[in-house]
Amino acid sequence: MSSTSPSHLHLAVALDGTGWHPASWREQVARPRDLFTAGYWADLVAEAERGLLDFVTFEDGLGLQSSHYGELDGRTDQVRGRLDAVLTASRIAPLTRHIGLVPTVIATHTEPFHLSKAIATLDYVSTGRAGLRVQISARPHEADHFGRRTLPPLSLEELRTPAGQERVADLFDEAADYVEVVRRLWDSWEDDAEIRDVATGRFVDRDKLHYIDFEGAHFSVKGPSITPRPPQGQPLVTSLAHQTVPYRLVARQADIGYVTPHDADEARAIVAEIRAEQEAAGRADELVHVFGDLVVFLDDVQAAAEDRRARLDALAGEPYESDARIFAGTPAQLADLLQELAAEGLTGFRLRPAVLGHDLPAITGGLVPELQRRGAFRTAYEADTLRGLLGLARPANRYAAA
Amino acid sequence: MSKPLKQIHLAAHFPGVNNTTVWSDPKAGSHIEFSSFVHFAQTAERAKFDFLFLAEGLRLREQGGKIYDLDVVGRPDTFTVLAALAAVTEHLGLTGTINSTFNEPYEVARQFASLDHLSGGRSAWNVVTSWDAFTGENFRRGGFLPQDERYSRAKEFLATTNELFDSWHGDEIVADQASGTFLRDAKAGAFVHSGQHFDIQGQFNVPRSPQGRPVIFQAGDSDEGREFAASSADAIFSRYAQLKEGRAFYTDVKNRLAKYGRRHDELLILPAASFVLADTDAEAEVLAKEVRRQQVSGATAIKHLEFVWNRDLSSYDPEGPLPDIDPDLGDNHISKGRAQVRMYRDPLATAREWRELAAANNWSIRDLVIETGNRQNFIGSPETVARTINEYVQTDASDGFILVPHITPSGLDIFADKVVPLLQEQGVFRTEYEGPTLRHQLGLAHPDEAAGERVAS
Repeated sequence: MSSTSPSHLHLAVALDGTGWHPASWREQVARPRDLFTAGYWADLVAEAERGLLDFVTFEDGLGLQSSHYGELDGRTDQVRGRLDAVLTASRIAPLTRHIGLVPTVIATHTEPFHLSKAIATLDYVSTGRAGLRVQISARPHEADHFGRRTLPPLSLEELRTPAGQERVADLFDEAADYVEVVRRLWDSWEDDAEIRDVATGRFVDRDKLHYIDFEGAHFSVKGPSITPRPPQGQPLVTSLAHQTVPYRLVARQADIGYVTPHDADEARAIVAEIRAEQEAAGRADELVHVFGDLVVFLDDVQAAAEDRRARLDALAGEPYESDARIFAGTPAQLADLLQELAAEGLTGFRLRPAVLGHDLPAITGGLVPELQRRGAFRTAYEADTLRGLLGLARPANRYAAA
Repeated sequence: MSKPLKQIHLAAHFPGVNNTTVWSDPKAGSHIEFSSFVHFAQTAERAKFDFLFLAEGLRLREQGGKIYDLDVVGRPDTFTVLAALAAVTEHLGLTGTINSTFNEPYEVARQFASLDHLSGGRSAWNVVTSWDAFTGENFRRGGFLPQDERYSRAKEFLATTNELFDSWHGDEIVADQASGTFLRDAKAGAFVHSGQHFDIQGQFNVPRSPQGRPVIFQAGDSDEGREFAASSADAIFSRYAQLKEGRAFYTDVKNRLAKYGRRHDELLILPAASFVLADTDAEAEVLAKEVRRQQVSGATAIKHLEFVWNRDLSSYDPEGPLPDIDPDLGDNHISKGRAQVRMYRDPLATAREWRELAAANNWSIRDLVIETGNRQNFIGSPETVARTINEYVQTDASDGFILVPHITPSGLDIFADKVVPLLQEQGVFRTEYEGPTLRHQLGLAHPDEAAGERVAS
């Protein structure tokens, strides 16, 4: 199934502000004043492409960033404000040639019809390098930005309880419907629907355009899309998952799940759970990637990385905590860790650079050569599309007559 | 003679999904592939045009219960294409038509503010409304909005997005690495809007963009639409490209500005206009006729007749005479997803008139549709077209034109190469861009500037 070497890891980098550590913007290399310019993002993605990475993800949200899950924190000492991720990715697409572009989209408050054509269009402007990372929002203050539903307050602690999971289960069900609609719309034009038949005067063969007729608990969508089937057929669908409910979304609807194991045992258990859900969803024979998410501080010597982490924690006034494991060390140590986790079934990693201006070049200039030396990472881009890089075939259209 | 010459504004409308776009011509390229958009945008920028314009439609058109297959079908997402075009152009304005009915203010404001940042201040929004349940079938909120509420919702939508754009003032981001202060104000972006259509509050999460707000276009033509434009728009995308109608519209709308405390030059009138160019006027006339025949195939002629007859006419021969039967005066059940059908308010009279015209001239159905359809606005040699456009602008039929070529994506090339230099020679069109933002090209003040103050040009 895969055109890539099975021993090769896949590597993605998650772009967010100046980096994932909340004090990252205070580093000399951070460029916080450039955050709202295209040039800032273009430089980051160019660096990632120099490192032959599979793709970058762009974080997003429908409200200001906050150190609390469920409410704004009123802080002024961290990066606040961001640009729309889909538009940022699209702005970068013409400036890059090989790297995949995977913006975050929030399913909870947006229209699947709009989003489907937006990602299809990102696939056109990037000639086959688009994906999306689907996310829900259970945040009451973000619901207030739309005024169409009221969500009760929810803390991270509550979110982790069975009752909290019950609440977000509904939002994940909606997200699953959302992805279903997005995917059906991508297929709503067959590849050869545009015929330009001068003899009959017909531009399209309308038998190759399909209503999707989706009806769900939260929305119904008629279709077809206004945008023809994108170059990859189905751009990549990805999702971050920490528990059973989101694992199920990954297993049912995604091409890549990002997970957050803290050691090899957890990695093994998570992969097993996703594979079981995948089988239950009838997708056992499909390639679904499971990537480990890691926050990384990378330096040539371990002490330097640890010192940097301690210095940033001191600047922030508290130790940085994350859902993902936080790694501080050398490229060789990180390569060891990635290979150890990959042995448990992870097929790739999405690295979250603690400081983008420092740790992204350390990934491309340190980790990547280290993995290449070990025969564990590509030495050149070997495919024209993101699906191709990830060993995913261009899928048949669900509506096309076999 | 003492009156200084007006500077002409020119924009490029990417060819759309009407039959005016000729897809059957061997020169016609893709209307989806990004390379077409790059060619079109770079041509417009090479010619120093003010902006590129994208239309939008959120449901594929249908006729007789089937997807309409005779015109170009399909288009990419407006915002996403404009953001990508920002990477391959430097000065060209990027105008997107975005529906206020099937969107929410917070999201649209985020997208335009982001596009404005990502383009360095070149975004513009053509605000349109739609209320049909047909299009609404593609959206969460459904479609229905009573006609009398569509402008009230559109107005409140625009007012709300303006509150969101203005919720950041531009000085909040300090990003002082030494002191650790990123934001000057923890309440940056705070907003509360409580109205008939929207009841929202919180904090907007995109800081103030270079233009403050996108440039606002309005396209409606009703009395309400004109008031909406006079009160809130920076420019009108109008349909009056003819001299007499253009002047009447221009005068009417500009006269409405005073009651909103606005000056004449704070609202630009920019009609959509088609053109056909050849070396001589005579050659251009011949070419224009050929293009109109390309635009109206036999099949297209029958479908256009159905707009008026409101019946299935597929059994009629387009090269034969008009139908003897009269139009069906019941509810429109033939055509969905287009505005055109509402233009025929008295189908019986139109049918009678067309039968008489066809009989008098010995026209077939196709001849009639071609002859009664819109003639291209500017037909002639480059000299003739440049002179005509300048005359229209200097005599206040418009402030410029949004040109709609009939060939994708190369249809603008000849205008850029042949007409623009003539306008530049006459001193009525820029030879260099006037500044970094679209407001600079359009001569519009930044919203932060006090009323009456102008952007230096």
